Amino acid sequence: MLLNTLKRLLGRDGSGDCGTEARADGAASLRADGGTPTSDGFDIESVVSSLRESEAVRSAPFWLPPFLLMGFFVYGAIGWNVIISFTDFAGLQLPTYDPTAFDLEMYRRALSDGQFWLATRNTFVLLVSFTGLSLAGGLGLAILVDRGIRFENWFRTIYLLPFSLSFVVTAVFWRWMYNFDSGVINVFLRGIGLDFLASKWLAGGVELGALSAIPLVPETLQFKLFAVIFALLWQFSGYAMVVYLAGLRAIPDDQYEAARVDGASTVRMYRRVILPQLRASTVSAAVVLMVFALKAFDFLYVMFGNNPGPTADILSTMMYRQAFAANEWAYGSAIAVVLFLVALAVVAPYLYGEYRRGEL
Amino acid sequence: MSVRDDIADQLGVDFDAVDPIRVVLYGTLVGLVAFYLSPLESGLMTALKTEAEFATSPPFVPPTADGFTLEPFSVAIDTLASAILNSIMLAVPATILSALLGSFAAYGLTNFEWRGQLGVVTLFIAGIFIPYQAVLIPLSRLWAIVDTQELLAPVLDITLFSVQVPVLGTVELATHPHYASIINLIITHAAYGIPITTLLFRSYYKKLSTEMLEAARLDGASAFTVYRRIVLPLSTPMFAVTLIYQFTQIWNDLLFALVIIPSGSGPAAVATIALNELTGGIIQTFNTQMAGAFVAALPTLLVYILFGDKFAKGVAGEA
Repeated sequence: MLLNTLKRLLGRDGSGDCGTEARADGAASLRADGGTPTSDGFDIESVVSSLRESEAVRSAPFWLPPFLLMGFFVYGAIGWNVIISFTDFAGLQLPTYDPTAFDLEMYRRALSDGQFWLATRNTFVLLVSFTGLSLAGGLGLAILVDRGIRFENWFRTIYLLPFSLSFVVTAVFWRWMYNFDSGVINVFLRGIGLDFLASKWLAGGVELGALSAIPLVPETLQFKLFAVIFALLWQFSGYAMVVYLAGLRAIPDDQYEAARVDGASTVRMYRRVILPQLRASTVSAAVVLMVFALKAFDFLYVMFGNNPGPTADILSTMMYRQAFAANEWAYGSAIAVVLFLVALAVVAPYLYGEYRRGEL
Repeated sequence: MSVRDDIADQLGVDFDAVDPIRVVLYGTLVGLVAFYLSPLESGLMTALKTEAEFATSPPFVPPTADGFTLEPFSVAIDTLASAILNSIMLAVPATILSALLGSFAAYGLTNFEWRGQLGVVTLFIAGIFIPYQAVLIPLSRLWAIVDTQELLAPVLDITLFSVQVPVLGTVELATHPHYASIINLIITHAAYGIPITTLLFRSYYKKLSTEMLEAARLDGASAFTVYRRIVLPLSTPMFAVTLIYQFTQIWNDLLFALVIIPSGSGPAAVATIALNELTGGIIQTFNTQMAGAFVAALPTLLVYILFGDKFAKGVAGEA
């Protein structure tokens, strides 16, 4: 009973204090509610010795220092950011953390800022199309590579290769790929007689005509964002492939056999037997890809500088521009909070699902 | 006997073994190889061409004898050399630090049983997914307040060692006053690396035999002894995976460097920043840009080519 109480106290303590403080706290609160359930001789010695044996205390020297460092930088910084977003911090003046002056002005400003809505729209376009296409591409690659081919390692290594490059390097390569006069894409298109398709991929667009009557749909659809998505697809589909391959390999061979004996065609086998079992792979790859999409800042920054323009601006580039170029620190913080909430909306259900299935 | 079988007999080939589906399969695979390698291939070809050559020839065609030059590479190496040294001095310590801390945390959170453990684990894992924009402004504020340069004044500005490198001459690996901002970056990267390294090590430690650890404990071994004598030696393969993954991530980062290194550039610039500056000019010298991209990517490309399988494991472990 006593041990349980202690364990509970220690368990709750996990939020941040260090081990020795936890011991003091535990003992103090025990003494505070003095004679409650355990009246059979309260003994500080036994408390201390059972504490020493308690797993939480024994393990604390290992997990607590990393936890404090990580907790400070991750959760401390997020909290700090939220607080800054309530202030009017801008320019060279230092922020004043006066709770009475906190307000939601920066969020109101965002809601009435056309740029913010464009960036939000682009963020979702990027998030959904990039994730969907990468998953589809990665699944296709995984199925091809999983067909018992020769030189499998070579193919796999080449498809995953772009993933090891930085966004900066990828952006430098693709700016050259998309070059109008002598980039690979246009040279290739002209080479196979499709001259009319050769375009200014990073600056051009097509007229949308009647479609632009729909709200938030522009008159000309610029290629910019799609050029970005295509390049990112090149970089990340290999990642999705690796995740799917692991999923495919985890399916027992006899299921393939059974489907074959039943006379199912290959397509049917994949649709009925294999794909449903890849749900877990899909979910985890999708979450990671979405997080990468939210981090696509580096790529856009190298391609277009800190203002990619209304058709390719996403929340992360807008946040950086407002804060670090325009010195609108509080406004930047508010945009960052929105971005964080988007990420949370993606990740929280995933983590909860993992928790429910006991996979954390 | 048909003509086809006749030919097959003469050639000693069984045509039926050449399954048309396999032909299409390999055709597709090779076509995809072309797609995945084309940016790299045309980049490499362009980097080997003179300006006159790359503007007039197709980008993926190798340079002609007249148009061949190594100058883009020598320009790129000259421009990026100090930034690459900075990147090494950043990525190596930060990688080791975050891997070690991740290993500690994973051991403390996996091989012990206590209430509330799962809550702590969740906080660790959720840290993997945060968009870094949500911490940028506090980070820049923090490193404006904490004056590492002042704190470390006595130890900065010392030569660690100098080595003779062929081609480059004497290279002095020295800490300089600007190294303070690199130390800030090391701490930052180590901290933000902990969630993913913890996850990777935890997935590995979950599979360790509990009987063995329990036996050691019953023999009176302390938690530290168990870690040092049993868990750490067994972690070698996972350290390889984690170190490779983290090295790639830290080497490739641009955002933290932009925010934490004052004015983004100068003597403390890391490879990604220097590459961005090299390629950001108005004059489109694509040959130098491509050479720069290869030079800046070389360490991660080497790591990938040498340890590709471990890299893939780190990637899949993240899922």
